Amino acid sequence: MERFQVVRSVAVPFPKSNIDTDQILPARFLHLPRDADHGACLFRDLRYRPDGSEIEEFPLNRPVWRTGRIALCGDNFGCGSSRENAVWAMHGHGFRAVIAPSFGDIFAQNGLKNGLLPVRLLAGTVAMMIAQAETDPQGEVTVDLQAQTVTAADGSVHDFEIDPFARRCLLEGIDELAFTLGHDEEIAAFERRFGRENS
Amino acid sequence: MSAATPRTMFDKIWDRHRVLEREDGQTLLYVDCHLLHDGTAPAFEMLKARGVRLRAPERAFATPDHYMPTDTRVAADIPNPALREMVVSLERNAAAEGFTLFGLQDGRQGIVHVVGPEEGLSQPGMIIVCGDSHTSTHGALGALAFGIGMTEVAHVLATQCLWQRKPKTMRITVDGELGAGVTAKDVILHVIATIGTAGATGHVVEYAGSAVRGLTMEGRLTLCNMSIEAGARAGMVAPDETTFAYLAGRPRAPQGAEWDRAVGRWRDLRSDPGARFDAEVAIDAAEVAPTVTWGTSPQEAVPVHGCVPDPATAPGAERRAAMEEMLDYMGLEPGQRIEEIAVDRVFIGSCTNGRIEDLRAAATIARGRRVAAGVTAWVVPGSAPVKRQAEAEGLDRIFREAGFAWREAGCSMCIGTNGEIAAPGERVASTSNRNFRGRQGPGARTHLMSPAMAAAAAVTGRITDVRRLLGKTV
Repeated sequence: MERFQVVRSVAVPFPKSNIDTDQILPARFLHLPRDADHGACLFRDLRYRPDGSEIEEFPLNRPVWRTGRIALCGDNFGCGSSRENAVWAMHGHGFRAVIAPSFGDIFAQNGLKNGLLPVRLLAGTVAMMIAQAETDPQGEVTVDLQAQTVTAADGSVHDFEIDPFARRCLLEGIDELAFTLGHDEEIAAFERRFGRENS
Repeated sequence: MSAATPRTMFDKIWDRHRVLEREDGQTLLYVDCHLLHDGTAPAFEMLKARGVRLRAPERAFATPDHYMPTDTRVAADIPNPALREMVVSLERNAAAEGFTLFGLQDGRQGIVHVVGPEEGLSQPGMIIVCGDSHTSTHGALGALAFGIGMTEVAHVLATQCLWQRKPKTMRITVDGELGAGVTAKDVILHVIATIGTAGATGHVVEYAGSAVRGLTMEGRLTLCNMSIEAGARAGMVAPDETTFAYLAGRPRAPQGAEWDRAVGRWRDLRSDPGARFDAEVAIDAAEVAPTVTWGTSPQEAVPVHGCVPDPATAPGAERRAAMEEMLDYMGLEPGQRIEEIAVDRVFIGSCTNGRIEDLRAAATIARGRRVAAGVTAWVVPGSAPVKRQAEAEGLDRIFREAGFAWREAGCSMCIGTNGEIAAPGERVASTSNRNFRGRQGPGARTHLMSPAMAAAAAVTGRITDVRRLLGKTV
């Protein structure tokens, strides 16, 4: 996994609540292999018309926001299907952090495992940051994982929480599997005990 | 002597599966049963890239459901090579890694969440995971079952374990009697409309109360299936005589003396009297009507005898804008009567409502009637065994004579990854679980409802209160 430390970028607002993973990555792209260009399919049906032309008012099509690496989202972002491909699409497009008041549980977990940092801030703070992005689209936001802070475009600083282990994995660019494989003996001991209890 | 702290069923299952605790408060849980489907290819790629094999192939069970067209059982018939590869790679991985595959020709194939309970794989007290959010279905048997992402699937394949932070618990109690024509699907749509699509986020839900006790196993599977549509990764029902009667004699259920010991253990799973839940919700069963969604989130559900809501009555500007956008996408007018909405297609099936009881309920309505002119109606059994059972009961004949298409088992139009989708603008009465924008194809408009209600829509050509066709007073 790519290391995550500090990301500074314009922030792209997606203010609606309950944006589900079917919107983030429509199901017809689910068969694409892991190394395909998932970023090109991000928000496909909100971003493009059926003929492939861009829908100008969609945030990702505004020139100033095309290269944004931070998303500002409404409540319950990434609800619905467990498809990790939705995270691959956000990451593939260039996003590294998603700031929202709340997330679909599975989406947030998938993000942590793929270098897409889900940041929970108070709804009022996110609403303020979205208003700032709409007033000054070029204003930059900073997400600092080491310090666990978000610096809004107006310079205000907001702390966020994250599981310490997930934070370490992101900071060091490692994944959980190597760690768990190192606990083989404990798992084997559990399996012996569990087998006896179930018979 | 002080009694031990009362525990919920969830606590008991969690405690029994703890392998390790990490200093940050996460727990390594052991997984009893890992279900796989034909969307799992990337997880196997992840393992290959690291040179890791399956830790416990005897705990992994697979069946193709997402990518297989429902008009054939031959993978070579899939015209799109990329989709064909999804099905074929599952067969290849099963052969290479030695896990059980219920393949296309094997007679047990179907939607993974129909197959698990049907085979007796899903049992009380288990932890069951699958790379699919509707894994919550299996909680109906008294298991802790939840959907996971692809990286987590690879982690479980490699270690048979998963790191989790303990979620909160919510009890949803549905007391009273369900009215005529009201099913588990209506209950869960009503619950989601009541608590919202994020109402149970971060929680595991236990469904309780006399109306839940009174549901058949199949109804409970429908109920737990849509827990994720309220944000809960898992929903569960305490095992009881209904559960044991359902499981007894199933191929993978314990047999003989082992069965008796297992039932003894399972009886102790129910939440202790006085066990504390982080949240409680009470629903009056008598208030649940046949329920239909009008918008593009499962929470946008109303009684079938009601009307499309008016954005002018919304509590705030954001909600008003969201409602207007949904009405625009759905092609509906504020205040329009739900029963005036004409449909183009009907889809009866999915892991929510593709079981034999669902097909029986739909056939009761279809019997002796005809699918309305201009409506395309499909029945897609949830599994090959469901299909055989329905044919043995003559349900296929009832459907065919009424003008429904009778198809092979799979996910089909619930998600459309196999290419079976509605056209832009088409309106679908669907027994599936999600009415998201584009879920059944770009521009397609989905109304979620029960199987009997979907059959009623098929034969009348518009959304119809099924109680009218049952001869009940509305």
